[in-house]
Amino acid sequence: MTDKTRTLCSYIVLILTAVISVFPLIWMVIAATNSSVDVIAGKLTPGFKFIENYQNLLANQDIYRGLFNSFKYSIVQTVVSIVICSLAGYGFEVYHDKYKDALMGVILMSMMIPFVSMMVPLFRMFSAVNLLNTTIGFILPSLSTPFLIMLFRSSARSFPMEMIEAARIDGLGEFQIFVKMFVPTMKSTYAAAITVTFMNAWNNYIWPKVIMQDSSSQTMPMMISNLTSGYFTDYGMLMLAVFITTLPTAVLFLFMQKNFREGLTGSVKG
Amino acid sequence: MNSKRSGMGLNARRNFEGWLFLVPAVVLIVCMSLIPAVMAFVTSFTTGTGANTQWGGLSNYMRILKDKVFLQSIKNCFFYLIIQVPIMLVLALILASMLNNPKLKCKGILRTCIFLPCATSLVAYAIIFRTLFATDGLINLVLTSIGILNAPYNFLAHPLSAKIVIIIALIWRWTGYNMVFYLSGLQNIDYSVYEAARIDGASPFQIFTKITIPLLKPTILLTAIMSTNGTLQLFDESVNLTNGGPANASITMSHYIYNQTFQGVPKFGYTSAMSFLILFMVAVLAFIQMKVGDKRD
Repeated sequence: MTDKTRTLCSYIVLILTAVISVFPLIWMVIAATNSSVDVIAGKLTPGFKFIENYQNLLANQDIYRGLFNSFKYSIVQTVVSIVICSLAGYGFEVYHDKYKDALMGVILMSMMIPFVSMMVPLFRMFSAVNLLNTTIGFILPSLSTPFLIMLFRSSARSFPMEMIEAARIDGLGEFQIFVKMFVPTMKSTYAAAITVTFMNAWNNYIWPKVIMQDSSSQTMPMMISNLTSGYFTDYGMLMLAVFITTLPTAVLFLFMQKNFREGLTGSVKG
Repeated sequence: MNSKRSGMGLNARRNFEGWLFLVPAVVLIVCMSLIPAVMAFVTSFTTGTGANTQWGGLSNYMRILKDKVFLQSIKNCFFYLIIQVPIMLVLALILASMLNNPKLKCKGILRTCIFLPCATSLVAYAIIFRTLFATDGLINLVLTSIGILNAPYNFLAHPLSAKIVIIIALIWRWTGYNMVFYLSGLQNIDYSVYEAARIDGASPFQIFTKITIPLLKPTILLTAIMSTNGTLQLFDESVNLTNGGPANASITMSHYIYNQTFQGVPKFGYTSAMSFLILFMVAVLAFIQMKVGDKRD
């Protein structure tokens, strides 16, 4: 096989995979603009039923509420989580000694605990202290994640110790060094962490399903799931709801793709 | 003497401040992961709820052995694990090594397209696939119009096809994700290694098995552990794609535990025992994979 045929094969496989990867999403956007009947008939061109689907959706679910809730929970979780985890990641690397390294080992082990194992005790704890249906209840279990701590720890590894020493001689306190020197130089790590955390928070489904029992505190993924529970499904309306739920993370993905990729793989490089 | 003492004082203070950086994160992990896991373990030995809670010894674990639905859900998760994870990881490896070719054009667009499914929420893609594979969905329409099927087939109403639809959906959602890990691993391998192998007359298959796979071994191990962990915890797809059906034929362990906990009378002791079993399986499988991964050297 010559180089050329090999490259040609690569193109065929890659383009085919790319089409399969993108098709369901394009189909979702097209279906959102068509009536249910047209979706069933297999219409693959955009239609004019977008507004009608939108009105049906509004009549069916309080999606403004759902969007507001999803944005509120996700933004608060992203901000608080990144502050806590970047402090910890920096601390584990810059002040490392054998005790902190051992503690890091324990934190890594906690990554293995499946969420369902913690779900029942967390639910009972949170209902005992009235945290059901609250933002704090949503964010608390996923504020401190081993994944983010690892990400910031490996980026702190590339931060030169000489800079920290020099800043100390200049009389900066330890916390000031973190805020004034580490945070500004690690912008790309922060961008990666923001992308990954926001997407995880937005897409979280099992935990809000457990604690968000009031319909007024439901998230977008919960609402689109509600839409499928009826006997008859309006596919146009359903796909519009799915599209609205996907849009924020898709936009974030397309703009921050490089950071997102670095965020996923960056914590692993150790 | 004096300076030495003040130096130690400074170090001790720095060390103390170092701990302050860790406190919020560590306290949260202890309170939100470790303590609940221990609580689940303790609860798994009790029966009854509220004031009626009693020590039940191993009775919950004995009950698992007789619970046909939970045994079915274990079988389902391992079916997904054994079929889906290898297909996905091999596919991701092949795609990554193809994309790593420096002569390839439009690499960025192809990579973005293949990675794009990761931008969708698990609930969203589960609903998209449910709609595509519905009896009146697009897949049936295409299959009947090109003559593969005589009449629309209700994929989600048959035990095997429902599971296969979940596997197809999982492969669609996660292949690009794993590919990104391999791509970043491949970037650490100098491309001249490949050039040299090719000049020495190695076939593409040999290059793939003798260079790519050994050099990517740590990354492959990592993705295998992550996928195993994720598959044993599947929830969103089971709830939204098949709703566990037909007749629990595609239900996952997490889905069943959720139903047992929050639908009907809560059985905290019993569900804790089931959830602890998942923790045990995840730990054992991760341990095995790490052992196997070490041995290949």
